[in-house]
Amino acid sequence: MLTINLAIFIPFLAAIFIPFINNRFKQTHIGWFILVVPVVLFIALLRFIPTIARGETYINSSQWIPSYGIEFTTYLDGLSMIFGLLITGIGSLVILYSIYYLSTKESLTHFYIYLLLFMGAMLGVIFSDNLMALYVFWELTSISSFLLIAFWYHRKQSRYGAKKSLLITVSGGFAMLASFIMIYAMTGTLSIREIASSIDSISDHALFIPALILLLIGAFTKSAQFPFHIWLPDAMEAPTPVSAYLHSATMVKAGIYLVARFTPIFGGGDLWFWLVSGVGIITLFVGSFFAVKQTDLKALLAYSTVSQLGMIMSMLGFGSAALHAGYSPKSVVYTQAVFAALFHLVNHSTFKGALFMVIGIIDLQMGTRDIRRLGGLISLMPVSFTIAMIGSFSMAGLPPFNGFLSKEMFFTSALNVSNLDIFSLNTWGTLFSVIAWGASVFTFVYCMIIVFKTFFGEYKGRHHENKQFEPPIGMLISPIILGLFVVGIFFFPNLVGKYLIYPALGHIFPSMTLQLDAYSITAWHGFNTELMMTIAIVLVGGFLYLTLHRWRGVYRLFPETRSFDAVYNHSLSGMEKGSAKLTKLYMTGFLRDYLVYIYLFLVAVTGGVFIYTGAFSFDLSQDSPVSSYEWIFVVIILTAGFAILFAKSRLTAILLNGVIGFSIAFFFVLFRAPDLALTQTIIETVTTVLFLLCFYFLPEWKKESSPPSSKITNMLISVAVGLIFIVIGLSVNSGNLFEQVSLFFEDADELAGGNNIVNAILGDFRAFDTMLEVVVLFIGGIGVYSILKLKKWKGEENIEGD
Amino acid sequence: MKETNDVILHMVTKVVVFIILTLAIYLFIAGHNQPGGGFISGLVLSSAFVLLYLSFDVETVNSGLPLNFVVVAAVGVFLSVTTGFLAIFNGKSFLTHTFTSKTFPLIGKTEMGTVTLFEAGVSLAVVGVVVTIILGISEDV
Repeated sequence: MLTINLAIFIPFLAAIFIPFINNRFKQTHIGWFILVVPVVLFIALLRFIPTIARGETYINSSQWIPSYGIEFTTYLDGLSMIFGLLITGIGSLVILYSIYYLSTKESLTHFYIYLLLFMGAMLGVIFSDNLMALYVFWELTSISSFLLIAFWYHRKQSRYGAKKSLLITVSGGFAMLASFIMIYAMTGTLSIREIASSIDSISDHALFIPALILLLIGAFTKSAQFPFHIWLPDAMEAPTPVSAYLHSATMVKAGIYLVARFTPIFGGGDLWFWLVSGVGIITLFVGSFFAVKQTDLKALLAYSTVSQLGMIMSMLGFGSAALHAGYSPKSVVYTQAVFAALFHLVNHSTFKGALFMVIGIIDLQMGTRDIRRLGGLISLMPVSFTIAMIGSFSMAGLPPFNGFLSKEMFFTSALNVSNLDIFSLNTWGTLFSVIAWGASVFTFVYCMIIVFKTFFGEYKGRHHENKQFEPPIGMLISPIILGLFVVGIFFFPNLVGKYLIYPALGHIFPSMTLQLDAYSITAWHGFNTELMMTIAIVLVGGFLYLTLHRWRGVYRLFPETRSFDAVYNHSLSGMEKGSAKLTKLYMTGFLRDYLVYIYLFLVAVTGGVFIYTGAFSFDLSQDSPVSSYEWIFVVIILTAGFAILFAKSRLTAILLNGVIGFSIAFFFVLFRAPDLALTQTIIETVTTVLFLLCFYFLPEWKKESSPPSSKITNMLISVAVGLIFIVIGLSVNSGNLFEQVSLFFEDADELAGGNNIVNAILGDFRAFDTMLEVVVLFIGGIGVYSILKLKKWKGEENIEGD
Repeated sequence: MKETNDVILHMVTKVVVFIILTLAIYLFIAGHNQPGGGFISGLVLSSAFVLLYLSFDVETVNSGLPLNFVVVAAVGVFLSVTTGFLAIFNGKSFLTHTFTSKTFPLIGKTEMGTVTLFEAGVSLAVVGVVVTIILGISEDV
């Protein structure tokens, strides 16, 4: 079944064609063409729901680099299904919305290429079974996120936010890569499925704990968990469709996916439990507490996303407790926490997506998203108001919206964890429920801010008599659909539970047999503690909202200069200064110094390794005799080499250098290597031309006036380099460590279809090397080209503007 | 490179360039069974172009040969990387080449393989990069 492999590549393929489509149909908004991609993928995934719900999985693998055991294996199970549907479903709605949000004057081709790049990469993250493939796609999501945040790159804040998110998420990705390598060292496989089946043998391994921590750093940076959450608010400089898609619905949930995916591998211990649920619950509180302070609506939503992600993360942590003692009827309540986490993940994507889209509409129509300058929009934008209200009340955890259900389940799981007697929870466990409740109070407060400060009160904008405030209907379709989901899931939660979330659960707890009956969602449980907590939240939260102006001063206790942002800024500028100092220390600007570095390194490393391993051994008795022709060319080369030292003009030196080069070509002829001889001859010609072109720029050819000591050092270095090469050449010739290449000569015609062994090696047997060499050559060419071109712009006006 | 008024050089170049270009194409095709190949033919091609640019000035050559060599290099790299992907669609590993031999009238037994496309990419990349560098430096005078 090729479909899942193909699903990842369809967005990439579509991205290639965007420029052509755009040139062909200039009148039409290109978004209409792009919309087809996620819609088709979404429908294709929907077709798998019945089989996935039965607990079946799809595996599809094709070889990538077989010699290193790297395969491109895709894996569709319940867990990746949820994420796949979110990516394609929300993706479709976001693209529909963006058609109205971005005018054709913007550089739409860039925007949609980045967006498709992201979509493909994100599908790659969730469908890859191979850790290395997962890592590549993971970093690709960071890169496309960087490009999308910096979409309006003329703004300084956009560039700042883009750089910040890239630095934080990519360094987290490096930590994750290190963890993957450790996992490979422990288990000897890169396949997630195979790793999951060998968990018992690795939990005592010395690398188990470091791998666990590094993996979590990767997940926490991506999912904006405390204290790495600082990049998300700055990422809000991106266009609103991007914020709705990447920074609330999909990319930031990649960390959640990673934690869920690795729960069967790492979960069950106290370190995993405390890190995941502890960091999650702190993030939940910090996010909701600071969201109240924000005046920019998008920044407010960013903090609220941080907080909601923390909530999901903490539930995954609670759920890992179920793996501690294996399956028992008692542990069902903890698996319910993971169920709630995944349920809230879906809910969050619906209501947060709707909220982002509404705020994008307000921003576009009113020209501001500062709540101090907004108010009274209820009569002007009734539809937007309704959607915003549905989204906010769902986020606050009120019925009849889906957020109520998952919030209650969250309280249930937090209360259950407080009753645990493992991981020293009997002393600290109560804190979880208390913090969860406190954070929910602040959540309620900022939800009320979104609704009441924006839509009620006095209208503060300028008055336009005939201005249409409600946007075109096309822009409202996406938020309305999401709003319908918010309400619909409340009334039919078990549909989502049975077909989407329950199948995923089996892959997080593969060792347990889970009964579907334990995972039915009901809105009404009677007057239990959870409901009391919600009622208390409404009462306390309402009181806090009404008295907001009285206690706002609390935030002055957390000055900007002592925040994690300040730490980031300071360390970044410190690193920049430090590396500039270090670079200035050795980048002298003299070519001679650089050559000295290169040669010293070469002598030390290659010579050192050869001496250390005792490889300097050669036997001249087996060598073939040196013919008279060879002697002639040796003499020519030696003469030319020494003559360069005494050349009076540079032209003479260049020509003598050419003599050496051409003589080497003759050696190749003598040794019957016509390909090498040809190449050497042409290379000599081209380099001589290059030399002559550079002639104008070179300094005067004069006798060196450096002190004798440095002359002696230079001589020593050059003699050492020459000797090392001679000895290496002789040693290589006498050793026979590897399979001889010449054996391929006989099979070249059958294996590669050509009789020229040199080209068969270059083009077929070692084609990967050749391909990379070509790429390197190209990169070098671009480097030279841009250095030469950039020089001309020096002194021209600064292209950066704010 | 400034305009020169060297009549002999111009005349010789006009003839020699075609000889070099023919040699380059010969080397490219011969590379299958005899000395030659993508890399060498790329170098020979670029030496032909460099000779053109040396004897005539840049504007004259550009008007007769409107090529952006950065694009040529990019096309070459793209070609050799994408031929690698062809094998993936065939279910084989990356960069596996396929070939077949057919007997044509007049030419005789001829072998055709995806390796030729790969080599063409290498060749174009070499031409593009070498000419770009040499032109870049010479324009800087």
